Amino acid sequence: MAEYSAFSLLANALKGNKDWKPAWRKPDPKASYDVIIIGGGGHGLATAYYLAKEHGITNVAVLEKGWLGSGNVGRNTTAVRSNYLLPANTRFYEHSMKMWENLSHELNYNVMFSQRGCLNLAHTPTQFDDYARRGNAMRHLGVDAELMTPAEIKRLIPALDISSEARFPVVGGLMQRRAGTARHDAVAWGYARGADRRGVDIVENCEVTGFLRDGDRVTGVTTSRGDIRAKKVAVAVAGSTGRVMHLAGIETMPIESHVLQAFVTESLKPFIDTVVTFGMGHFYMSQSDKGGLVYGGDIDGYNSYAQRGNLPIVDEVMSEMLALFPGLARVRMLRSWGGVCDMSMDGSPIITTGPLPGMYLNCGWCYGGFKATPASGWTFAWTIAKDEPHDFNAPFTLDRFHRGLVIDDKGQGANPRLH
Amino acid sequence: MLITCPYCGPRDVIEFTYQGDGNRERPDPVSQNFEAWNAYVYDRLNPAGDHNEIWQHSGGCRAHLRVVRNTLTHEISRVAFVRGDHGSAARPKAEDEA
Repeated sequence: MAEYSAFSLLANALKGNKDWKPAWRKPDPKASYDVIIIGGGGHGLATAYYLAKEHGITNVAVLEKGWLGSGNVGRNTTAVRSNYLLPANTRFYEHSMKMWENLSHELNYNVMFSQRGCLNLAHTPTQFDDYARRGNAMRHLGVDAELMTPAEIKRLIPALDISSEARFPVVGGLMQRRAGTARHDAVAWGYARGADRRGVDIVENCEVTGFLRDGDRVTGVTTSRGDIRAKKVAVAVAGSTGRVMHLAGIETMPIESHVLQAFVTESLKPFIDTVVTFGMGHFYMSQSDKGGLVYGGDIDGYNSYAQRGNLPIVDEVMSEMLALFPGLARVRMLRSWGGVCDMSMDGSPIITTGPLPGMYLNCGWCYGGFKATPASGWTFAWTIAKDEPHDFNAPFTLDRFHRGLVIDDKGQGANPRLH
Repeated sequence: MLITCPYCGPRDVIEFTYQGDGNRERPDPVSQNFEAWNAYVYDRLNPAGDHNEIWQHSGGCRAHLRVVRNTLTHEISRVAFVRGDHGSAARPKAEDEA
C-alpha cells in the first residue's frame, strides 16, 4: 500500500507519478465475516478503521451500494465544529474535534483540515444573548468560544454587509476559532486506505437487499453479490436508514429522510477565510481551497429520498447569500447537488446496539454528520466491539425518545424539518 | 414541484406549507395509552415511494390537503381535502391508489 511522505512524493514525481498503487483493494466478498458494516461512507469507513485499529477486529467487510464515498460524505459542505449547547452534544462533538486535529497524521493522509474558524452571526440582541449562553456552555466544557462585535466581524470578513441598511443588521457573533473545514473526499479515502491495510474488505457495488435472520437475531445480509454471514451487522447508511430498516422488517423509526441542497460558485480569489453562518435565516458559507464559495441553507422540508432538490430553496439560499454579501450578486453558481439526511426527532444522532439482536445502528445525523465522522466511527466501533456504548455515545440511544431523554439542542420538539 | 389544489388548480410548491406525515393518528386526547402517544409523536414510516402527507395551501385558499407524493420522484398521485376525506388517516391502501 502506498505510504505518503516527502520522499515518496518526490520519488513518484520524478518517475512521472506512474508507480502509485491503488489506495485500497477490490476484494470479492467472503462467505462470512466477524462484522459487516453496511454503508461505505465516512462513518462506515471510520468505524471499520477503528474496529481494526482500536479493537483488533479485522475480519470486517464494508459493503457499499455504489462507489466508495458516493453518498453524503461526498455531498456535504465540509464544515467541522463543536459549538453545541447541550452537554451530551458538546462532549461528543468536541471529542470529534480533537480527533480531527490529529487526523491527517493518524491516517498518514492529508485531509486538509483547516481551523479557519466558524462564526455564527447574531441579528438581534436576544439572539446575541442566546449565543452568549451557548458560548458559556461551551467554555464550561473546555471548548473554545468567543463573542465578537460587529467591528471585529467586519475586520475578519470585509465583504460582509454589517451596515444598518442591511436587511438584517449584524449585532454580533459567536466564534469558534478551532472549527473549520476538511476535505471531505480525502476523509473517506484516508479511512478506506487505513481500514484496507489493516485487513478490512471494502466491497463496492454491493447492494444489501435483505437480512439473514435466525429467529429475531440478524446473522448476515443478502446482497447483489450473494449472501454474506456475519456475527455482527452494523448499519451506517445515513439518509437511507428508513429503507434499510424496512428490509429488516422494522416499519417505523424516529426518523424522516429529507433532502439538503448545497452549492458552489466559480472559483474566486481569496474572499473569505472562515466559515460564516447567517442567524436570521439559515445560510452558511466557506471558501474551498480551489476558490469556489461552498454554501447551503435549509433542507427542502418535506420527506424525500431523491438526491436532488427543488428550486424554492435555491432561491431562498441565494437571497440570504446576497443579504449578507451584496458584492456576490454577479458571481455565477457552478454546481448544486442534494444529499439525503436522516432527520431525527430531536436533531441528535443515534449510535446504538440493536434494534435487533446482532444488529448495530448508526443514524439520525440530520445534516451535521460530516463533522462527527471521526467520533462517530470511534464510538460506533467501541459499541460494536464491546456490545455497550462508550460514555461519549451512551446518551445517543434509540430508546431515548421512549424514555423521555431527548437531546434537543435547538428546542424544536419532534419536528424533524425544523432541526 | 406543482401541487394541484382542488380549489385553486395547479400552484407552485412555494404557496404550500408542509404539515408533515399524514399517517399519524392522534390518540384520543383523554387517552393515557403511553405507547400510542409515543408512537404518534416519534415513530414515522418514512417510506421510499408513495407517502401520505398533509400540506396547507397557506399562500392560497388555506385549505389543508392530503397529498400522496412519491418521495423518490416527487410525483404527486393524489390531492384531496383533509376535511371530509374519511378513513384516509390510515396509510394509503392499494384500492385508494386505483
